[in-house]
Amino acid sequence: MRLHFRFDHRRDGFHLQAAGEVPTAGITALFGPSGCGKSTLLRLIAGLERCNNGEVRMEQDIWQNEQTFLPPHHRPIGYVIQEGQLFPHLNVRDNLRYGWKRAGRSTEAAAGPDFDTVIALLGLTELLARRPEQLSGGQRQRVAIGRALLTRPRVLLLDEPLAALDREAKHAILPYLERLHRELALPVLYVSHDTDEVARIADRLLLMEAGRIQAAGELTGMLTHPDLPLARSEQAETVLEATISSHDTDYHLTRLRFAGGELSLATPAELATGEPVRIRILARDVSLALSPATDSSILNILPARVSEIRPLNPAQALVCLDLGGTPLLAHITHRSVDALGLAPGSPVYAQIKSVALLV
Amino acid sequence: MFSPADIASLWVTLKLASVTTLILLLLGTPLAWWLARTRRRGKVVIEALVALPLVLPPTVLGFYLLVALGPHGPVGGLLAWLGGPSLVFSFTGLVIGSVIYSLPFVVQPLQASFSAIPAGLLDAAATLRAAPLDRFFSLVLPLARPGVLTAVVLGFAHTVGEFGVVLMIGGNIPGQTQVLSISIYDHVEALEYGQAHWLAGSLLAFSFLMLLLVYRFNRRFGLGRP
Repeated sequence: MRLHFRFDHRRDGFHLQAAGEVPTAGITALFGPSGCGKSTLLRLIAGLERCNNGEVRMEQDIWQNEQTFLPPHHRPIGYVIQEGQLFPHLNVRDNLRYGWKRAGRSTEAAAGPDFDTVIALLGLTELLARRPEQLSGGQRQRVAIGRALLTRPRVLLLDEPLAALDREAKHAILPYLERLHRELALPVLYVSHDTDEVARIADRLLLMEAGRIQAAGELTGMLTHPDLPLARSEQAETVLEATISSHDTDYHLTRLRFAGGELSLATPAELATGEPVRIRILARDVSLALSPATDSSILNILPARVSEIRPLNPAQALVCLDLGGTPLLAHITHRSVDALGLAPGSPVYAQIKSVALLV
Repeated sequence: MFSPADIASLWVTLKLASVTTLILLLLGTPLAWWLARTRRRGKVVIEALVALPLVLPPTVLGFYLLVALGPHGPVGGLLAWLGGPSLVFSFTGLVIGSVIYSLPFVVQPLQASFSAIPAGLLDAAATLRAAPLDRFFSLVLPLARPGVLTAVVLGFAHTVGEFGVVLMIGGNIPGQTQVLSISIYDHVEALEYGQAHWLAGSLLAFSFLMLLLVYRFNRRFGLGRP
């Protein structure tokens, strides 16, 4: 099941003109600067905002077109925003049951996780008797996500659900989202302006800018595309899927295998061999050499080929590398580009100073 | 202590206040909800009209009601033409006058507490499959409980205390349209200060007690903090 949408919406001088789709499973991040229309787009999909020129459908089920407009309570969506919006007069259990009871009446909601599964998945058992004001920000968001899941939605719309949380609470809740992602085959449209969050949980990216969808595609490709602003930002990064291949107990190092080769990093806690992980390499942590240095402290030196060189600013260039099909970004100085005589096609060695495990 | 006439006027007063409050809740709740949610420009006109009884001398309101409800007025005339009962100097007339006179005391607290409900909660309820009426009963009313209580008590108490409007359109018919405030006035006119004291004192104690209960209740549930 795919969610398709198309809107041409003007309000208060803002023009949103966006079309796209959210695939069956996995997390699609709607990413862009504040004020670019991400939340409005989500509200339009939910039916909370009305747009006269728009279309939304879930495969064959039309939610909105020229003749039809399903009000939000008739759309099979789960919708969670920043402050969770738990009902203050109900305890956690009754908040969770609010949508569950109502969705139970419709037959199309028959499939989907049951009450106990959702509670276990989000770790809510201990919280059931509490009132919303007795919960921390992170707990509140977990309840809000659970409440939305219990309506057995066919798509989950999350509008910066973690933006109001501090760093620690955010890190505590991300594993729940990842679990949700793994265990429920539910498409998720996730609004965010935080590259960290996106790198950790997104599979696909819809890039939004000034009311328009600028580009859409798989996460890695989008992050490393030289024409898109992500690869050009200070925080430019490559995100790769890898698996744990072995542990070196003497040096406390773990080897990871990914499509473009192998990497070592300090052994993270509690990860078994064979487990899939996501890693991040910042473009500024990658330097280039013409020969593999044997007298360097850098552990990860991988052969690569330059695919493209773009000026970033007067001092720096963006170098796109190809590691046997896997892309990798490097930000280096123009001086180094000239000194090494780099050009598209040049064979180089990518020296990776640091690899972060996104768990 | 209380004469049979006093008891009768007490009874008329309680009946009037109860009926008026009930009608005001039924009419005032949708009106207050509309005022709290609409973004139409015409809203301010309705708000000003609702607030009018707060500033008008009751006799002005009573005068226009007398004219309108009288046998030659638009409402009274129409009713007489249809063969209906006369509204002036009747209990029904009193109810109509009281409903208009006490309208702001019910609508304003309701509107304030409806407005205080964050729009995000209503959006959340909508995406949790609650239809509009369902949202109103499962979310809005429980959250607006302090406002509803305030509206009930103020509407009731304000009707109990009215004088001018009643005098203009209800007259002073014992057992039918003679209310407490007018009985007190009559006692004072007749220099029966003892009787007047009993009634006035009871009204004072009653009003204070009602307000005390409202403030106590709203403190417990946090007025304006849904």
